[in-house]
Amino acid sequence: MPYTLPSVTDVLAGLTNRFGSLETSLNRGQTRVVVPEPLSFDVLAWLKNQGFDLLIDVTCVDYLEYKAAKHRYGLVYLLASTATNQRLTVRVFVDDPDPTVKSVVSLWEAANWLEREVWDLFGIRFTSHPDLRRLVMPDEFTAHPLRKDYPLQGRGERHNFPVITRDHS
Amino acid sequence: MSIATAEFGTSGPEAGARSEDYLWTLNFGPQHPATHTTLRIVLKLDGERVVDAMPEMGYLHSGFEKLGEHLTFNQYVTVTDRMNYISPMANNVAWHHAVEALLGIELTPRCASIRTIIAELARISDHLLSNGAVGLDTGAFTFFLYAFYQREVIYDIFETLCGARFTNSYTRVGGVSQDFTPLVIEKIRGFLKTFPKTLDDMERLLTRNRIFVDRTKGVGVLTKEEAINRGATGPVARASGVTRDLRKDEPYLAYGDFDFQICCASAGDCYARYLIRMQEMRESLKIVAQAIENLPAGPVNVGIDQRTALPTKQQVYTTIEGTISHFELSMSNRGFEVPHEESYAAIEAPNGELGFYIVGDGGETAYRARCRPPSLLHFALFPHLIRGHTLSDVVAVLGSLNIIAAELDR
Amino acid sequence: MAVVHSVSSDRLELPENVVIGRLDLLANWCRKNSLWPMPFATACCGIELMATGAAKHDLARFGAEVFRFSPRQCDLMIVAGRVVMKMLPVLQRIWQQMHEPKWCISMGACASTGGVFDTYAVVQGIDRFIPVDMYVPGCPPRPEQLIQAIIDLQDKIQREGTINGREFDTAGRQLRKRALVEIANPLSIDASRNPNLQRELAAAADAVAGRN
Ligand code: SF4
Repeated sequence: MPYTLPSVTDVLAGLTNRFGSLETSLNRGQTRVVVPEPLSFDVLAWLKNQGFDLLIDVTCVDYLEYKAAKHRYGLVYLLASTATNQRLTVRVFVDDPDPTVKSVVSLWEAANWLEREVWDLFGIRFTSHPDLRRLVMPDEFTAHPLRKDYPLQGRGERHNFPVITRDHS
Repeated sequence: MSIATAEFGTSGPEAGARSEDYLWTLNFGPQHPATHTTLRIVLKLDGERVVDAMPEMGYLHSGFEKLGEHLTFNQYVTVTDRMNYISPMANNVAWHHAVEALLGIELTPRCASIRTIIAELARISDHLLSNGAVGLDTGAFTFFLYAFYQREVIYDIFETLCGARFTNSYTRVGGVSQDFTPLVIEKIRGFLKTFPKTLDDMERLLTRNRIFVDRTKGVGVLTKEEAINRGATGPVARASGVTRDLRKDEPYLAYGDFDFQICCASAGDCYARYLIRMQEMRESLKIVAQAIENLPAGPVNVGIDQRTALPTKQQVYTTIEGTISHFELSMSNRGFEVPHEESYAAIEAPNGELGFYIVGDGGETAYRARCRPPSLLHFALFPHLIRGHTLSDVVAVLGSLNIIAAELDR
Repeated sequence: MAVVHSVSSDRLELPENVVIGRLDLLANWCRKNSLWPMPFATACCGIELMATGAAKHDLARFGAEVFRFSPRQCDLMIVAGRVVMKMLPVLQRIWQQMHEPKWCISMGACASTGGVFDTYAVVQGIDRFIPVDMYVPGCPPRPEQLIQAIIDLQDKIQREGTINGREFDTAGRQLRKRALVEIANPLSIDASRNPNLQRELAAAADAVAGRN
């Protein structure tokens, strides 16, 4: 018997009360809420007050090649509550050019590096992030490698180093 | 060994301004014995006291997530091995746990038990290495050798099970690659018998060792609120009093059936993290002992009617369903029915919550395979934990966070 | 060294306890039996490297157990694990910091060829950028394999080493092994620092011109 997550219907009702109706969906026990980009910070702040004190993950999906996708990038915020074990997924969709969303570092310190990673790999800008630098790629790198239009083998950056032979060393 | 600023009278605005001039910048890593892997930290030192630390990562970023978009669900398990390479079995379990959550597959009881056993053995081998490394870094080399010797025993079990020492690639969608053989069960039983004694020895070596306790107690304290706010999970969070453990809170696999306890501490320092890991190994042993004695009989893979796990050769040769399902699974344009959906599922890996966010687009490969690495959030904690401590505490704190670079950078 | 003065007979009269041989042999014999490895362990292979040094496999049996973490004290670099774009400059720097005579073992599929990680960030074989003496296959290689590689390297040092490093002057040692370099889009890549890549690109351009 697989375990089912505690329901979040009351939270959803509260969300609707506070922010008007938002698009929600349920897949195998996981509840997702789609939040328009201008509201994202307020909704997340409100959810944090409702007991979702643990930010599990911030990540992103590039829907460039996805069938019937309406937007280019979909941010994913995975929230959980340490007290009630509820989980909630918040989706925020943004588009080219200059995809931007408000940073949630002021709510959860955990978001700091997660957002830097999303900026590095997807090029989504987080406004009012304290330190938005590349996290995993070298600073001089120009592309955002997890975008779907970036090839798996890269564009030759990995060959671009000086060669040291026995003579040099 | 935290040296409070006040003790030396260097606090206060005027003293601070003066000591600014004497700040030292020290580069630590990316190739340094105590980082074990490839971390880099730039430390600001005032004498021996660490004023600030700037961690830097990416020295092992090898594009795991991009690779996940090009390998099928069964192929990608080989790559998850290389993610957290000190407990690869747990990664295998985590990946296929997430895939099965996306595809809606329910495991057979035997498979759930087998995965529980290997995940717990992986936890033991992880904690052995991470505690051994804390010992090594604080000067207890013998302890490390004890720990590594027991890891060899676990390697041996895994090698008997699936042929590889630690890049196992053991799980498959809807099952595992090999069933337990009597020899494996016997070896696990043997391990269960001998390991507690070694664990006692190890505890006697280090737990009350004066030098070790002095070097770790009160160092790198993380409070409960901060642990939650900064996204810590696993032993690091539990040492700070967060009781969250997915094995109890969201019982997956067969964890609901076993009797075990979650280990928590409230001190939140390096010593507490060490103790939690020691204790968790004993709890894991309990789980393995219960699971191996009550291993359910029956098939290990899900039935051939579900068309997810390869049927056995016997089935392929003697039944038409087996033949069809083998054929369909081997064809590149058939195979799984993957929904146009996204889902997240996580397990309690040795290091914390290890989850995968998978987007399916109907094809055999994931459209996006995001790994939620516990190490990333733990490494982000580091500057917070080290501020105000001395340079020699850097290695103790780093060791107690157990940061695995391949999982950190992916 | 004893100097023998009396050469009256056609057979050399050696005092007792004196053996003569080539100085090269003696130097190589010393070098090969006191290799000090520098573990450049980045990823999973590093764990097997640790296992090789730990209790069960015990590298000390072959005189190569003194792992030194400072490049200045080592003469054998063991690159264990994948090397990525951000790490390669560090690797090259450490290699240059090591004193001659020095050797390099590339341990594992990743270090030798990139292994399963044919991705944008991973260097497809460190031999493209630094000289390598011995490759160990496997993902990860078992400790026994690494030990075998060290024994083989010792053989190699004994066989072809010279006291002043003349063996490195040979053409085979100087020319970099021709690794696979993909013909990248010439626009997106700056080949100015990489003579091999320039050569590859020029060859590719010639081939295209020849076909037309
Ligand atoms: S060769 Fe295999 S084991 Fe070694 S670093 Fe590469 S992936 Fe890891």
